[in-house]
Amino acid sequence: MNFAVLQFPASNRDQDAVHIMRFLGHSANYVWHKHTSLGNADAVIVPGGFSYGDYLRCGAIARFSPVMQAVKQFADNGGLILGICNGFQVLTEAGLLPGALIRNRDLQFHCEHIFLKTATFDTPFTSRIPAGKPLRVPIAHGEGCYFADEETLARLQANRQILWQYCDAAGELTEAANPNGSLLNIAGVCNERRNVAGLMPHPENASEAILGSTDGRVIFESLIHSLQTRPAVSAA
Amino acid sequence: MKAKIIITPKKAVLDPQGKTVQTALEHMGYQGVTGVHVGKYLEIDLAPGTDREAARRTLNDAAHKFLSNPVIEDFRLEIE
Repeated sequence: MNFAVLQFPASNRDQDAVHIMRFLGHSANYVWHKHTSLGNADAVIVPGGFSYGDYLRCGAIARFSPVMQAVKQFADNGGLILGICNGFQVLTEAGLLPGALIRNRDLQFHCEHIFLKTATFDTPFTSRIPAGKPLRVPIAHGEGCYFADEETLARLQANRQILWQYCDAAGELTEAANPNGSLLNIAGVCNERRNVAGLMPHPENASEAILGSTDGRVIFESLIHSLQTRPAVSAA
Repeated sequence: MKAKIIITPKKAVLDPQGKTVQTALEHMGYQGVTGVHVGKYLEIDLAPGTDREAARRTLNDAAHKFLSNPVIEDFRLEIE
């Protein structure tokens, strides 16, 4: 499979994303933000970082990059898109995912390992995750507090669009396990069509034993499995 | 000619910055502050002779689409 990894000015986890896809035996290429085509991508990863210096709001300027038109088109065609950290922020700003990410509740930048409970398994991003197993993955963000109005939250729950929630080591959704004040402990969501997902934690930094955790790998394995078992979607 | 756009967090949105500033004001002894909301202020220079109503429409559109995020923020536009 071929993964397109977007590069904005001040993306900084782009190399990690490319590395992990190649590590898992697939092809991955950088796509510069000024490009208007995603090439022959089977899926798109919007990586972490501080695109455009986080000026105005995180992801607010990146969403107007030329490449985001191609990403929107790819999403409309049913293509699979995963946004990680700043990539999640970019996708919410672009309106491809519901809600918004705001300043952490305690105003601190959090750089630590947390646990994720997978809330929904019937998506291309979660299908291979073992039920009942909290995933230990790192976070590194100052603006990861998930917010959506009550109506949107109710819709997310009704459609089971909440993919991951911050939990403790036992898998309990506690206030203490919530690092940033996210509503309903939300760490990641998908769109209604289930082909676009975003999360604040970094599974690409928890997919090799040398990095202390391999729990994040199942997210990429889910994505790969889904690509291998569904009809191809052409990239714009 | 200048436009001013004031962006504030929506009432329902957690505003930890505002809360922290409010607490700091209390600690400093400033009395009677019942709420602080930290937002953004943009000053936009417009070409002389710009039509006021056209500028208002354009900036209203820009503020809605780009300068503010309607999910979490409200904005107020002033043209002087």
